[in-house]
Amino acid sequence: MNTDAGKTAVLFESTPLTLDGGATLSPVTVGYETYGTLNAAANNAVLICHALTGDQYVASTHPITGKPGWWERLVGPGKLIDTDRYFVICSNVLGSCLGTTGPWQDNPATGKPWGIDFPVITVRDMVRVQAALLDHLKVGKLMMAIGGSMGGMQVQEWLTTYPERVHSAVMLATAPRHTAQNIAFHEVGRQAIMADPDWREGRYYDYDVKPAKGLSVARMTAHITYLSEDALTAKFGRNLQEREALTFGFDADFQVESYLRHQGSSFVDRFDANSYLYVTRALDYLDIAARHGGRLADAFKGAAHVRCCVISYTSDWLYPTVENKSIVHALNAAGVPVSFAEIDSPFGHDAFLLEVPEMDHLLTGFVKAAAKTNGLEVDDA
Amino acid sequence: MHNLRPDLKLIADLIEPGSRVLDVGCGDGELLDYLVHKQNVDGRGIELSQQGVNDCVAKGLFVIQGDADNDLKEYPDASFDYVILSKTLQAVHRPQLVLSELLRIGKHAVVTIPNFGQWRVRMSLVTRGRMPVTKALDKTWYNTDNIHFCTILDLFDLIDELGLNVREFVPHTAAGKRLNYGPTRANWSADQALFLLEK
Repeated sequence: MNTDAGKTAVLFESTPLTLDGGATLSPVTVGYETYGTLNAAANNAVLICHALTGDQYVASTHPITGKPGWWERLVGPGKLIDTDRYFVICSNVLGSCLGTTGPWQDNPATGKPWGIDFPVITVRDMVRVQAALLDHLKVGKLMMAIGGSMGGMQVQEWLTTYPERVHSAVMLATAPRHTAQNIAFHEVGRQAIMADPDWREGRYYDYDVKPAKGLSVARMTAHITYLSEDALTAKFGRNLQEREALTFGFDADFQVESYLRHQGSSFVDRFDANSYLYVTRALDYLDIAARHGGRLADAFKGAAHVRCCVISYTSDWLYPTVENKSIVHALNAAGVPVSFAEIDSPFGHDAFLLEVPEMDHLLTGFVKAAAKTNGLEVDDA
Repeated sequence: MHNLRPDLKLIADLIEPGSRVLDVGCGDGELLDYLVHKQNVDGRGIELSQQGVNDCVAKGLFVIQGDADNDLKEYPDASFDYVILSKTLQAVHRPQLVLSELLRIGKHAVVTIPNFGQWRVRMSLVTRGRMPVTKALDKTWYNTDNIHFCTILDLFDLIDELGLNVREFVPHTAAGKRLNYGPTRANWSADQALFLLEK
């Protein structure tokens, strides 16, 4: 899955990365992209943290799919996150499969792909690698860390682990922990992958096959959780797929079936099945409050200087408003300045990736105020 | 930018510079912006409308989308010096609980209410026999957000019942002109009244 298309940094060569699980990794390669230029004062850096199956191609063409960057709507020259003003960094997370160290990569000890011998990682481990990348890029403090879903979880870990390196933080459609339902959906996905005979106990790389069926089913399941019932009904209803009547068989009679099958099969081309196991596991292990005696506010004690913004979406049932608000309440209780809005949107969890004008209005104001308070010139027009 | 509306200026005048302030129902953030920039307070807001939240954030303010009935309970005890509830008490579901909450999370509460005992309102009810619609209270009974109307004397009674102290009482006109009346006369004459409360 590796690609030579993007930038790569090799980190943790002399000092290994110690993971939350106790294992160490050395070296760690990181696939990343940057947009814009770091200014002389080095106060215009913005870190964008991607979601579960996202990648570093936030504002440029994906090397495998050829599709535009996943947040090009908001990131680019003259856009809400203006790459003419800000130095935007986005890196592929630890454990994923687009240039960053993960189970697909060769284990230095054996010279063969890690497979499931790769150590289990956490969201905080992902953030540790990002911090090392910032060192590599000579970025001391971020003007902003921003991310949705798993990206928002990484932003929270920035607040818990490196608050002194963050001036402002935006968390969208996210949660401070995985609930039983979140874990349950991920477990279905993982079991689908592991039930595929081509998974071969995680060693499929050696056999030149991949568990495409299993990974595809995992993606189909997960995709349902990204959409609201209303969004599915509005888009597909009970419409039939290129046919006049039911076939009384198990073909994709319904448009929604055909859509999900397409989502599943196209995902397989750009994502590694073992990476999917590891990254979903990292999310399931997330419970920030648990590390702080059950009090989430204590996790954010060091972040009282960070300007925060949390946004949830009315139709998001994956990480619903109540989970996002628990972050807000904890930040408040820790004395961290925070703004919060529940944006009205029919799109479900995916709303943070889609065109939602009220979100744009809110973020525009927040980003400008963050830039201004970090010493950057902002035109108020 | 800082020509504050006169009724809001009455509130601002009561706030110690440099204090911690929560404005519940902060609207577009006009008062909060003034307090943050002119009186150097550490200000936070709660506002229900998306437009209000957006306007506040664009001003660089920190505001949480929510309301007095549901969101005050999430704040720790004594986290603010002042909690402001401007012309909102009559619109909450549980005014008694909200008043107590204001003084749990704040050392002081600044509460302003429209006065349902004002003579125009009384006359309107007497002469028309229908729920009063006046310039200050311009909605009909079925589409008003104001579900718990009270008079100035009513609020004094509730404050007594809760064992709270009135440190300042400022009856005023709708335009924000201060009226130097005691409670009974103010109850007849004032469009609105401001209370600075403490435990």
